[in-house]
Amino acid sequence: MKPTDLVDQSSLRDDVPEFAPGDTLKVHVRVVEGAKERVQVFQGAVIRRQGGGVQETFTVRKLSYGVGVERTFPVHSPTIAKIEVVSRGDVRRAKLYYLRDRIGKAAKIKEKRD
Amino acid sequence: MATKTIVGEKVGMTQVWDDDNNVVPVTVLRVTPCRIVQVKSPETDGYSALQVTYGNRDPRKLNKPATGHYERAGVDPGIRLVELRVDDTSGYQVGQEIKVDVLEAGERVDVTAVSKGRGFAGAMKRHNFKGQGASHGNHKSHRAPGSIGQCATPARVFKGVRMAGRMGAERVTVLNLKVVEADVERDLLLVKGAVPGPKGSLVLIRDAVKGGK
Repeated sequence: MKPTDLVDQSSLRDDVPEFAPGDTLKVHVRVVEGAKERVQVFQGAVIRRQGGGVQETFTVRKLSYGVGVERTFPVHSPTIAKIEVVSRGDVRRAKLYYLRDRIGKAAKIKEKRD
Repeated sequence: MATKTIVGEKVGMTQVWDDDNNVVPVTVLRVTPCRIVQVKSPETDGYSALQVTYGNRDPRKLNKPATGHYERAGVDPGIRLVELRVDDTSGYQVGQEIKVDVLEAGERVDVTAVSKGRGFAGAMKRHNFKGQGASHGNHKSHRAPGSIGQCATPARVFKGVRMAGRMGAERVTVLNLKVVEADVERDLLLVKGAVPGPKGSLVLIRDAVKGGK
């Protein structure tokens, strides 16, 4: 345990579902436009999860109009309204950077079978 | 000079989210309540300052002069004595306790501490020199400082030329750090940004002397 953990306790969220690289997520992001706030959904595959504690982040990659888009979120960020796990992926590594070089069917992640 | 001042200990760095959901890098300082042992005034000491102590120390482990000093003030012995300079000592009395609640969130503070010692460091690390090329025929002087002066005139190296030497372990003050939170219950102070020195080291905190609003 780190000495600063006590300070972090209040920043940690307890509603984060279990997810790992390869999983497909729907990340509901709070977007503030002027005085209004709405929720935007970013759906894609988790290609990385790094860091620990309050500093942990994950990266979601999706294809938007044929262009790859990656967004990195802090796991405990208050801007995230909700994280929804759409499907579990069957992958063999922790960092799925190889997906960046692949297009079409080759970029597909096998679904996990229990 | 400062009007509010307190002493603390560096705990480490972490991050918190502010009201706009932005990440704020913070240094956590443990500010245990400190007790005033002596009030120094210009009439008696030539300058105004507060001598404080914090924490607790076994009174049996003190030597006679220190025991006497604490006894005269009527204060329980602490870990060490620290002197804090202030403008005006009129509001302070011996035995008074200073807590972290003298500061509040949003205020600017200056933090003084002894920086981490780097030992004997080269000119690149110590003075941010550029060093020399990796190639172009360079031989064994990639991190060397280069020329340190002229030739037959002046035929010596001027004083103060920046060279390799002892780096760090010096008193450094960081100005105008913003107080993110002052937690009285846990005796913690969160300031935005980095503070010199290793974890567990003594830091002196005072309200900002150079405005910085």
